[in-house]
Amino acid sequence: MTILTRRRFTALASALAGASVLSPHVVRAQTRPRLVIIGGGFGGASAARFARLQFPQVDVTLIEPKTTFVTCPYGNLVLEGARTLPQISHSYDRLKARGVNLVHDWADAIDPATRTIRLRGGTALSYDKLILSPGIAIRWGALAGYDEAAAEVFPHAWVPGSGEQTTLLRRQLEALPDGGVFGMAIPANPFRCPPGPYERISMVASYLKKHKPRAKILALDAKEAFSKQNLFQDAWTELYPGLIEWVPSNRDGRVVRVDPREKVLETEFGTRHRVDVANVIPPQSAAKIAIDAGLANETGWVPVNPRTFEATRAQHIHVIGDANVGQPMPKSGYIANSTSKQAVASAVALLEGREPPASPVYFNTCYSHVADDYGISVVGVFRPGETGFVETPNSGGVSPRGPLAERREQRRLEALYADAWYASIVEDAFG
Amino acid sequence: MRSSGVAAMLLASVVTTTPALAQQQQPSVPLIAQGCAGCHGQNGAGQGATPPIAGTSRDEFIKIWAAFRANERPATIMNRIARGYTDAEVAALADHFAARR
Repeated sequence: MTILTRRRFTALASALAGASVLSPHVVRAQTRPRLVIIGGGFGGASAARFARLQFPQVDVTLIEPKTTFVTCPYGNLVLEGARTLPQISHSYDRLKARGVNLVHDWADAIDPATRTIRLRGGTALSYDKLILSPGIAIRWGALAGYDEAAAEVFPHAWVPGSGEQTTLLRRQLEALPDGGVFGMAIPANPFRCPPGPYERISMVASYLKKHKPRAKILALDAKEAFSKQNLFQDAWTELYPGLIEWVPSNRDGRVVRVDPREKVLETEFGTRHRVDVANVIPPQSAAKIAIDAGLANETGWVPVNPRTFEATRAQHIHVIGDANVGQPMPKSGYIANSTSKQAVASAVALLEGREPPASPVYFNTCYSHVADDYGISVVGVFRPGETGFVETPNSGGVSPRGPLAERREQRRLEALYADAWYASIVEDAFG
Repeated sequence: MRSSGVAAMLLASVVTTTPALAQQQQPSVPLIAQGCAGCHGQNGAGQGATPPIAGTSRDEFIKIWAAFRANERPATIMNRIARGYTDAEVAALADHFAARR
């Protein structure tokens, strides 16, 4: 224990008093380099938390308009009724308690030349390094008839916002007559959460089987193949026989026009499918801010250096999550989380004149629920290649196929591990 | 030429910073272990049905990993994951989680 003499105590007290005149924030901003993160989803929240835990020498600011984040993962279980919206909503309070500066405002524009962000509230914020994790934008109008008003009739429930879209679709499902048709329009690649539409088919089927056994799902797809296809289709045949019709693009499954007034989904060759409820998962691009800043290429997504995630079109901006060109990595929460750490470590290394960490591994598992106590997964282990990302050969892949009677324990455990994944990933991002 | 420039810069940063600060600049957790946190909880402490891996001895960790890789141990997904990592990476993971309690 240190015993202070009166004289030393007085000197210390006046030094402290002097220090308190300056706001600690100002002192920090002057002495510590500034890492700013735009977007508080899985990518941005994980980046902020990781930066705060691992790099005390940088100042960390997270810009996110919402005070509560509703996850896309497990949204399909809310539709089914197995979860509630509050159970998939998470606050930023714990990040704040860790010392992340939370700015609840919209980042409207980035000027890469001056390293400045313009906030909707009117202020500007400067950065030394920027982690941009803005997520996706819906390409309104890319699908004829599908605009913001149409989404109030045919919900997308794909950008969770504060949960309004998921709640709307759930209400429509509850109001669906037994014997009615639940239509879906599923987009071409790439889009957020590749197995998501098929988990949604499964969870809606689970609800219908329990509550409206005469209703049907008509899933119209712009693709001929999809993630975990065999596993999903095996499960649909076994658990939901006659309930699900999935129509691939080569059998006129591609929806080209929607008519919310007539409740019609129209496909490529002019077939007009009348439905009672429709979930339209529309074509997507990187979020507007990334496109406005000139970071995206002609595909609408942002090319990045596969080792540092720095945008190929702008220095000092590292773009992670669904907005970047990540193929063959999926646009998933796990990939956003996993890559955020390499991006942050690279940004800090570059800030300090060091080499970014060598030989990173980007890890993904996407679990999907297809029924109660029934989970399936796809695993991917990725690394940077010459120009893009490369999946590690002879690794990863999907759960084993086989009838439920033989695979019951595997399916049961994967459903439990999916729940554990959700808890773990949320902790690693928001905890 | 370029790499010697980087080396000189690194050297300069080492000699001009205090040991404590130099330590701060590197993440205290190997990046490779970060992927595990998505299922196995913080620092491998376990989460729900997913078992803890923290505190597993180095040898045991490497042995279990090899068994997953060879499909010689009952697995749901770890067999698929195990095949994606090199021996050196598994050793780094083993060192990291052996040191966690």
